[in-house]
Amino acid sequence: MGGETLFGRIWNLHRIKPLGGGVDLLFVDRHLVHDLEAGPRLAALAARGLPVLRPDLTFATPDHAVVTTPGRATAATAAAADGTTSAGSLLADMRRRTAAAGIKLFDLGEPGQGIVHVIGPELGLSLPGLLIVCGDSHTCTHGGLGALAFGIGSSEVEHVLATQSLRQSRPATLRLRIDGRRAPGVGAKDLMLYAIGRFGTAAARGHAIEYAGAAVVALDVEARLTLCNLSIEMGAKIGMIAPDSTVFEYIAGRHYAPKGAQWEPAVAAWSALASDADAVFDRELCVDAAAVAPQITWGTSPQDVVGIDAVVPDPDAVGDPALRRSRRAALDYMGLSPGQRLEGTPIDWVFIGSCTNGRLSDLREAAAVVRGRRVAARVNAWVVPGSENVRRAARAEGLDKIFLEAGFQWREPGCSLCLGANGELIPPGQRSVSTTNRNFVGRQGPGARTHIASPATAAAAAIAGAIADVRKLPPAQVR
Amino acid sequence: MAQPFRPLTAILAPLPRANVDTEVIIPIGRLISHRRGTLGPFCFEPWRYLPDGSPDPQFALNEPRYAGARILLGGANFGCGSSREAAVWALWDLGIRCVIAESFGDIFRANCFQNGLLPVTLDAATLAWLTTWAGARRPPLLGVDLQHSRLLAAGRSIPFVIDPERRTALLEGLDDIGLTLKSLADIRTFIRRDLATRPWAQSAGGG
Repeated sequence: MGGETLFGRIWNLHRIKPLGGGVDLLFVDRHLVHDLEAGPRLAALAARGLPVLRPDLTFATPDHAVVTTPGRATAATAAAADGTTSAGSLLADMRRRTAAAGIKLFDLGEPGQGIVHVIGPELGLSLPGLLIVCGDSHTCTHGGLGALAFGIGSSEVEHVLATQSLRQSRPATLRLRIDGRRAPGVGAKDLMLYAIGRFGTAAARGHAIEYAGAAVVALDVEARLTLCNLSIEMGAKIGMIAPDSTVFEYIAGRHYAPKGAQWEPAVAAWSALASDADAVFDRELCVDAAAVAPQITWGTSPQDVVGIDAVVPDPDAVGDPALRRSRRAALDYMGLSPGQRLEGTPIDWVFIGSCTNGRLSDLREAAAVVRGRRVAARVNAWVVPGSENVRRAARAEGLDKIFLEAGFQWREPGCSLCLGANGELIPPGQRSVSTTNRNFVGRQGPGARTHIASPATAAAAAIAGAIADVRKLPPAQVR
Repeated sequence: MAQPFRPLTAILAPLPRANVDTEVIIPIGRLISHRRGTLGPFCFEPWRYLPDGSPDPQFALNEPRYAGARILLGGANFGCGSSREAAVWALWDLGIRCVIAESFGDIFRANCFQNGLLPVTLDAATLAWLTTWAGARRPPLLGVDLQHSRLLAAGRSIPFVIDPERRTALLEGLDDIGLTLKSLADIRTFIRRDLATRPWAQSAGGG
């Protein structure tokens, strides 16, 4: 019998009791609620006559459905998802019902508002060893701090509101080791897209991923959040990294982080959260970071990805008939041909933002490429900061000016063009390089064609007006 | 609260594609603009209609022989992508009560159980056989016997595996919240003990 894994340790810490059949009742430490769920779920709970059990551990913010127009005064209104508030505004309902339940709401314009997966770490709500849930599949992001975090459905959101717990089957474990050194121009986004391309979008289904290895330890906290964010695109609803001093330094002093007499015991407890040397994982996968080039997707699944200097793969080279069909359909949707070079393919849009790449370090990475250059004439280029705090910090260091002077739009925080839930859409047939997480058919709008890439690659595309290799960009004009 | 799962004999429609994502099952714009209960026309919208809005005859669910299908036959990793429970609601509104696939997205599968929709996992070979069978049979009527964990395809009985607890919950239409509230004392005991060992977890600082 091997030792315990990081995942197993945190899972066991939260087990209220076993329910039989491999299902445990787990305690939830933090519940983040966004605007598509808050109103409808709180309404459903009220209709059952049930109170919110722990409003003090529940935090809400509007991100999915709010417009990101610069200077937005009021949010867009949109009908609720399941008809309980069909004609009402999601935001109005969210404000009213969170206030009534005593749930803290980070509202538009307030520090704290932003994409749920950006604000959790940023505010110190997300901590190592916590069990964190949210009605959004990218909740795995918070695993970058060493939390056990996963996305849940609407019924489960209601369950957590009512009981601060969840009934869950324990997943299997998978360790993904990323060793070696990254080449210049290669970031966490590229590492993970490469892994998804190599192992497939279903590879980690039913598993909790632990990322380990020298290239993972070398990542700063925001890059770890990006890495874990993409776990769900490999099929795992949980992805996590053992917390270390890099994480503890990041957390210290954040608004909701433990302070005073609680700090030292907390760090001591977090320091014990690692997999034992003899821990046994159900599966092990490896990637050599040194072999990874900047990545870009060509199809309609995150696994449809290649190095930026590669050509579009030929579906007919695939043996499996179902995969061959789906690849042909993907190329048809994307308006690409087998063997075509991706570099130089003209684009219409660039979107920099999202829970994957909407943090300050992502904006810095893009700004470093954009500085002293101009967005190509035909390109609509948007920067949507991941949160109000990111927006303010970026402005304080002048990043907004760099983007605006280059011809980007500098917008208000939210999910925006990542999924278009707020009505911001890429028109049919138009091509975008986006720093987001999903290139599914229709993800950025009906008929929209999405290429996922890193902030640096997206910025390079905006300048070139085409898919471009950031490593080959001509020098910027000195101004 | 889910309805109890009743024995079912219904038309099986094949959709043999891998990685069918929740965005294709229900586009986000539709789930915001339309209520639960009215999502059926938008289920698989990107695949189901031609640019002029008419049904695409190439799409299986539009074929007359699969009209009224209540069982869907998918590929691997069905329901991958977002956690939106509206993907299950949209399938339900379309009339689907059971999805058979090689595998499912983890969150989608959990959402199925919350809504009384049965997800059945079968191996690739059995799936291939069923797909061929559904394509040749007129009409492809499949029986779903959850009580005995088996499918009935014109005399052939195909067993499937499902957690006994999940099966009971589906058959009886059990409500998870109601069940868990019976454990409220255990939850409160956990909180009391946890407060001593992880005070930072039991209250968000904010100081």
